[in-house]
Amino acid sequence: MSGLRILVGVKRVVDFAAKVRVNSQQTGVETANVKHSMNPFDEIAVEEAIRLREKLGKDKVTEIIALTCGPKKSQETLRTALAMGADKGVHVEVADGQILEPLAVAKLFSKIVEKEKPDLILLGKQAIDDDSNQTGQMLAGLLSWPQATFASKLDIQDKLLTVVREVDGGLETIATKLPAVVTADLRLNEPRYASLPNIMKAKKKKIETLTPKDLNVDVTQRLETLKVTEPPKRKGGIVVGSVDELIDKLRNEAGVL
Amino acid sequence: MTLPNTAKPAILLTSQTTTTTASAASASAASASAAAVAVASLGSNLNSSPFKSSARSYADIAIERNPQFKKITKQDIDHFKTFLEPQSILATTDIGGTIDEAKELDGYNTDWLGKYKGRSQVVLRPKSTQQVSKILKYCNDQKIAVVPQGGNTGLVGGGVPVFDEVIVSLGSMNNIRDFNETSGILVCDSGCILEELDKFAAGHGFSMPLDLGAKGSCHIGGNVSTNAGGIRFIRYGSLHGSVLGLEVVLPDGTIVDNLGTLPKDSTGYDLKQLFIGAEGTLGIVTGVSIVTPPRPNSVNVAVLGVSSYDAVQKAFRKVRRDLAEVLSAFEFWDTRCMQIVLDHNNLRSPLEEEHPFYILIETSGSKKDHDDEKLAECLESLLENEIIDDGALAQDETQVSKMWSMREGIPESLGKWGPTYKYDISIPIGVLYDIVPEMANRLEQAGLYSKDPKTYESASKDDPNVVVKGVLGYGHIGDGNLHLNVVANRFDKKVTDVLEPYVYEWVASHKGSISAEHGLGLMKAPHLHYSKSKVIVDWMVRIKNAFDPNGIMNPYKFLPRTTTSSSN
Repeated sequence: MSGLRILVGVKRVVDFAAKVRVNSQQTGVETANVKHSMNPFDEIAVEEAIRLREKLGKDKVTEIIALTCGPKKSQETLRTALAMGADKGVHVEVADGQILEPLAVAKLFSKIVEKEKPDLILLGKQAIDDDSNQTGQMLAGLLSWPQATFASKLDIQDKLLTVVREVDGGLETIATKLPAVVTADLRLNEPRYASLPNIMKAKKKKIETLTPKDLNVDVTQRLETLKVTEPPKRKGGIVVGSVDELIDKLRNEAGVL
Repeated sequence: MTLPNTAKPAILLTSQTTTTTASAASASAASASAAAVAVASLGSNLNSSPFKSSARSYADIAIERNPQFKKITKQDIDHFKTFLEPQSILATTDIGGTIDEAKELDGYNTDWLGKYKGRSQVVLRPKSTQQVSKILKYCNDQKIAVVPQGGNTGLVGGGVPVFDEVIVSLGSMNNIRDFNETSGILVCDSGCILEELDKFAAGHGFSMPLDLGAKGSCHIGGNVSTNAGGIRFIRYGSLHGSVLGLEVVLPDGTIVDNLGTLPKDSTGYDLKQLFIGAEGTLGIVTGVSIVTPPRPNSVNVAVLGVSSYDAVQKAFRKVRRDLAEVLSAFEFWDTRCMQIVLDHNNLRSPLEEEHPFYILIETSGSKKDHDDEKLAECLESLLENEIIDDGALAQDETQVSKMWSMREGIPESLGKWGPTYKYDISIPIGVLYDIVPEMANRLEQAGLYSKDPKTYESASKDDPNVVVKGVLGYGHIGDGNLHLNVVANRFDKKVTDVLEPYVYEWVASHKGSISAEHGLGLMKAPHLHYSKSKVIVDWMVRIKNAFDPNGIMNPYKFLPRTTTSSSN
């Protein structure tokens, strides 16, 4: 059996810890001067790919390719993936401000799959900016590959993949043959930090840049965002002086009695 | 540690006839024989001491309540009720409070470390400067002792009563009075919580000029009163610079409105400076005017592993030069601290292997690309020149906060591990860490400590033997500030006697300060002379007496007791 090739998807998103503000036109969230980082679920996917290589051995996992679709700055996210341990990067570059919907991303991925011929595709279960949770499923559909979503544990023996999924009732274990698409859930692993020596090495790793046009994919938006608004601000509580006052407020102001 | 109401306070001081001092932390006033045993056991291993202390005799006396202070009665509470709302007063049941109030009082009487406990019968929570003024005027007239209290996060027993002093808690004075968008000058009540102020400032694109581990609870008034330092000191300097004005209530009720918002002012004595770091001994700070710097929008954090303290210094020299104006923190801690903080918080180390020392570097700037490039070059060069052995750079905000929690979480993690003896010292950077291995050796010689974990893993507070579990160091390299922490299975005089006054003498011999940023409080009041000459201490006493002739403000603390009042 030849070695496994793993393709990992990484997306540049507004940092998980950054405070999100709706822009003044109410068309989306403010992204200028806001800290961006790798989507946390993608970070878990990258970590899992590296762990697979550490577990199975370098000869079994021959290459880990990180793929991102996004504006020029997405290269930073790719560098993080390379610093964590991916071998090479592929960047499908689009103009700043161009929104890529899950279907467009899935199509771009499927074209890269034709070129790179991976045996396993690891993605985050969803991106924390649009929370779509669709790309992995759509990609599996386009490729006609099996999919294992919400993975909290993953194992590969020969070309058999076993995935434990967190479902409502508990844990579900499924097995499938490779190639397959796996999306990572929060508890799959805890991603490593990028070490300085690896960050330095990552600078020398190759990043291939392509455009949707090169891949012959139409990324025109199919969905229209009507309006984005912030949730209503929570009002502060009050201290009431007596039980009577409390009942009065519950009855006449809150209207719950 | 708790004390029954009738016990004497947990503090031992030197008698006036001896020149040295003993414990600040034993569980009760030690008997003469216990003291004698401790001296005897010390005698044998102090021979190697470079200090004269080995020849000194030890004699402990407990502080006693100053009988000139009036004991609080129900009439006093009734008087407070004439101008304070009922919920602003918490009293014990014997003077008219409820059982719930008495329970709540307990929290105000006990310090954060559980090391100091007073038995005040009343907490007053004024809502305005006028109310503070009325409280102090009455207490001064009646000679009732007062202890001002902020967030109660102090480490030296400065904010809790020693006996039955009235606690004036500023927590209900928490309004922001003014903020100037152009100058960034913030004016607020002293009871505002530091983190809340920082959030407020952040909303306007500014940040507080100080930051410390206790930010979620500590008050700005307490920060000012203790001249707090913290992790942004290296960038924004001392509160003596960033505080522009204060509103203070003097013991006689006079309100001193010195709440200026002028960065420059050269008219006369700068009175507010006296109250910065006065620990509530001259009056109560009720309002603060402070300049906030623009909030940096690009922050990077890296954790580095190095092989020796020497390498920590080398890295510091290089980092300060290379990163210059974007460097906003340079912190270090030893391997034992790292083990405990990771274990306690269930965190993963950013570095694969263990290192004798860890460094945290933070840069804050206005342009990300600029900062990133500078930092990357600096770190690469540190690695190439083998000054550091390994390092990790935070890739997102989550990693930034995790890395910070490895440094900021140390005090809490050590506290959970066991009762902690804390020393906060300023000394020249070159010898900063030397005290840690030296103290470990002294404790080992005294038979109280062994580096082998087996000897202390199972030690509980009920263990018949006192067992020291760890001697650790961490701190702010940029400010020459080390936190020496000794963790044991319980607070015990035997440990204190090995540590003190040796630590203070060692610091004095290096012309250091026995309190870099924690203040003096109850713990270090008797040791002030290790850092300040007699002339200076005498003038401090004169200043104290000028502002507070009755000595009601935070008594028994701050100044050496033998010099504070002839009436004692």
